[in-house]
Amino acid sequence: MAASVKIRKGVDIKLKGSADQSIEATSSTTFAVKPTDFHGLNPKLELKVGAEVKVGTALFHDKYNNNMKFVAPVSGELVDIVRGEKRRILEVRILADKEMKYESFATSGWESFSSDQLKEVLLQSGNWPSIRQRPYDVVADPADTPKAIFVSAFDSAPMAPDYGFILKDRQADLQAGVEAMSKLTSGKVHISTRTGDNGVFGSLKGAVLHQVSGPHPAGNVGVQIHHIDPINKGEKVWVINPQDLAAIGKFLKSGQFDSQRVVALTGSKVNAPKYLSATIGSQVEALVSGKIDNNDARIISGNVLTGERVSMEGYLGFYNHQISVIPEDENPEFFGWIAPGFDKFSLSRTFFSWLTPGKTYDLGTSLHGEERAFVMSGQYEKVFPFDIYPVYLLKAMLTKDIEGMENLGVYEVAPEDFALCEFACTSKIDLQDIVRSGLDLVKQECG
Amino acid sequence: MKLFKNLLDSVKPHFEEGGKLHKYWPVYDGFETFLFVPGHATKKGAHIRDGIDLKRTMIMVVLALVPCLLFGMYNVGYQHYMATGQEGELMEMFLYGALKVLPLVIVSYTVGLGVEFGFCIAKGHGINEGFLVSGMLIPLIMPVEVPLWMVGLATAFAVVFGKEVFGGTGMNILNPALTARAFLFFAYPTQMSGNMVWVPTEGMPTVDGFTGATALGVAAESGGAGIPSLMESFIGIIPGSIGETSVIAILLGAALLLYTGIASWRVMLSMLIGGYLMAFTFNLLALNEYMKIDALHQLMMGGFMFGLVFMATDPVSAAQTNVGKWIYGFFCGVLGILIRVVNPAYPEGIMMAILFMNVMAPMIDHYVVQGNINRRLKRVKVKA
Repeated sequence: MAASVKIRKGVDIKLKGSADQSIEATSSTTFAVKPTDFHGLNPKLELKVGAEVKVGTALFHDKYNNNMKFVAPVSGELVDIVRGEKRRILEVRILADKEMKYESFATSGWESFSSDQLKEVLLQSGNWPSIRQRPYDVVADPADTPKAIFVSAFDSAPMAPDYGFILKDRQADLQAGVEAMSKLTSGKVHISTRTGDNGVFGSLKGAVLHQVSGPHPAGNVGVQIHHIDPINKGEKVWVINPQDLAAIGKFLKSGQFDSQRVVALTGSKVNAPKYLSATIGSQVEALVSGKIDNNDARIISGNVLTGERVSMEGYLGFYNHQISVIPEDENPEFFGWIAPGFDKFSLSRTFFSWLTPGKTYDLGTSLHGEERAFVMSGQYEKVFPFDIYPVYLLKAMLTKDIEGMENLGVYEVAPEDFALCEFACTSKIDLQDIVRSGLDLVKQECG
Repeated sequence: MKLFKNLLDSVKPHFEEGGKLHKYWPVYDGFETFLFVPGHATKKGAHIRDGIDLKRTMIMVVLALVPCLLFGMYNVGYQHYMATGQEGELMEMFLYGALKVLPLVIVSYTVGLGVEFGFCIAKGHGINEGFLVSGMLIPLIMPVEVPLWMVGLATAFAVVFGKEVFGGTGMNILNPALTARAFLFFAYPTQMSGNMVWVPTEGMPTVDGFTGATALGVAAESGGAGIPSLMESFIGIIPGSIGETSVIAILLGAALLLYTGIASWRVMLSMLIGGYLMAFTFNLLALNEYMKIDALHQLMMGGFMFGLVFMATDPVSAAQTNVGKWIYGFFCGVLGILIRVVNPAYPEGIMMAILFMNVMAPMIDHYVVQGNINRRLKRVKVKA
C-alpha cells in the first residue's frame, strides 16, 4: 500500500523546451571524470597519462578511503589530467576506443552477498559514488549503516527528465538495485513516485512506495525524507538516483560497470528538445552540437536551478541527467523596475504576467536586479516545504553558529533544497553557496 | 533610451576605479540603476531568477500610497475651504492642497536621499531603495501645518538613527517613518498635536463652530460626542494627518499590496482583529463616553488603518515568522486602541503601538523559532 505525501509549498516554473519522448544516440570521442563533481573529495590518482584503461578501470580513489574508486566510463587511453589552482585535479580525460573493453568484477551470486561484500564490490567497481548521503550531501561513507535509503523516482525541477519514461524497460535492473540497497540499510528502501504515476516503479518488491503530490520541490529527495522519515542529529540517510539504481542492478547482474545514461536535452535554446543516450562523462559538444542555437546560450549540466554552467568543451557532470540550454541575458533594461513585464515570471504579482497563469516562459540568465540586504520576509517560506525556518537557518550558517544550525535543522537540508528560495529572493542573495559552506562547516566540526 | 545609455557611458569612466570622481561611485550607480535595471547575469546556482527586485518592490509600495497622497491633497484644500467658509471647485481645493503638501514631499525626499547618499559615499556601499517608501510615508503622517524645517530635521533623524546606524536598509529595528513622526511628536509637541496644525487657515477668519481638531482630538476631549460620522471617517473628509484620513484611499493601497503579495496579509488581518477586539471590549466596559464609540468606528478614525496597511506591514521591522506575524499584528491592534483610549497624553496610539511592537518583534520571533527547535528535539526523544 503506497503511502501518500502532499506537498503544498513550492512552485512549478514552466519553461519552454521540455524534452519530447524520443531518445537519440550520441557518441563522444573524449570523456572526462571530474573529481570536482564529488563534493569534498580528495582524489589520489592511480594512473599516469598514457595509460590504457577499460570501462571500470580505476582512475583515482579517495585519499581517505583507498577502496573507494572512481573509474573510467569508457575504454581507451588516459590522455590528459587537467589541474587547477594548487594542482587540484579538475578533469581526468580519456580518448575512447571504438570498441569498448570491460573490466569484469566478481558479482556472480551477489544475491547472497553480505552487506560488506556488496559494499566492497560497489566500491571497487566505481558504483559507490552514485550513493550519496544526507546530511551534508556528499558521497556516502561506506563505514556507515544508514537508517534508510531514499530514491526519488521523479524529478520536479523545470523541464526535468521523466524517469518513468527513461527506465520503462529496466524493471529487472531496478529490482536488482532495490535488493542491493536493502542489504545496505538497517531500515527500509523508500521509493517516491508522483501521485497516480507509478509506472515501472509501482511493481518493485522490497521497497516502500510513496506517492508524492505537489509542485516543485516535491521531487527533491530531501523534501521526501523530511516528510517520510526526517533525519535527526547523528542519523544518516542515503539517497540514489533511479538511473544509478538501475545501473547498479545491471552491474550486479553482468559484472560490468554500466556507464550508459539517458540525459534530457532541454531548454528554449534547443532546436528539438529530446532525450539523449549518453555515456557518463561525455563531452558536451558531442551531445549538443547541431542541436542547439549556440548564440548567447548558456549550457548547464543539470537543471536551471541547481545545475552547473559548462562550456561546449566541458563534460557532463557525474550526477546530471539533464542538460539545459537557456538564453544568456545581460542586457540592461530601461526603466525595468516599472515596465509591465508580461514576459517576466515572478512569484509576486508585481508583473502583469500574473494574468496568464498557464503560460510557459523563455527565461534567461538575468539576475533581474542587484544584490541587497535581506528585506522581504515570508518569501522563502512559500517555496520551502520543510518544518524549518529557512531565514534563521541561513543566518546561523552565515554567522557560523554551529549549535544554532543543528537546532534549526541543518542535517535535513542540501543546497538544492534552497534553489527555489534562491530563485524567489528579492534581494538576489546566493543561498545555495551559503548552505554549502554551512554544511561544510558542520561536517568539518561535527563529522 | 539610447541617449541615456550613451550619456551614462560617457561619464562612467570618471566614476570608475581610478577616475577623478570615484568617491561618488554610489551616486552614479544609483542613477544608472534607476534608469536601467542592470544586466547582471547569474553565475551559478539558480541560473534563472524571479523578475522582482527591491526597486520594483519599493515602487509598488509607493504606487500604493498614491491614492492616499492624492486624497490627502484634496482633503487639505477641502478642510481649508470649509474652515474659512469659502466656496471652491474640486480642482481649486486639490491645487491648494497640492501646494501645501508637495513641499513636504520634496523636503522629505531631498533631505532623506541626501543623507542616504552621504552615508553611501562615506561607507562606499550602493544606494538602497528603502528610502523611496520612507520618503513618501513621512509627509503622509505629518499634520499639514508642520514647518518644513521640522520635516527635514525629522527625516534626517529617521534616516540616521532609525536606519543607517544599524547598517542601512534591511538592518533597522524601528520603522524609519514612524521614527520621524515620533521624533517630532516628542521634540515639538505643540506643532504636532492640538487644534492648530491640522487645517491650514492662513490666518483667515474661520466659520462658527470650527475647532480644527481631529476626530481623535474631539473624542479625547469631549468623550465621543461630536466626532465625525462613520461615513465621514470612512471617506476621509475630516482633519487629520495628510495621508491617513481616508479609509477608502488606504484600502485602494491595501488592495494593491495584497494583490501583488508585497505586504503581509497576516499582519493586516491580525491587527484588524486585535484592534476590533480591544475596541469591542471597551464597548462592553463602557466606563466613559470614549469607550462607547462603536468598535468599527473606532478603527476608521485616526491613523489606525494607515498604520495597519503601511506601517505595521514593514517587512524589516515587523515579525519575520508567519506565526510571529499573527502575534505581532494582533498586539499592534490591541495596544494601538488601548493607548488611544486609556492614555490621555496620546490622542493617537497607533504610532506608539507599532514602534513598541517593532521592538518586541525579534523576541516574538525568537520564541516562535524556539518552539520549532523544541519540536525538533522532541522528535529525537520519541525515537530514542
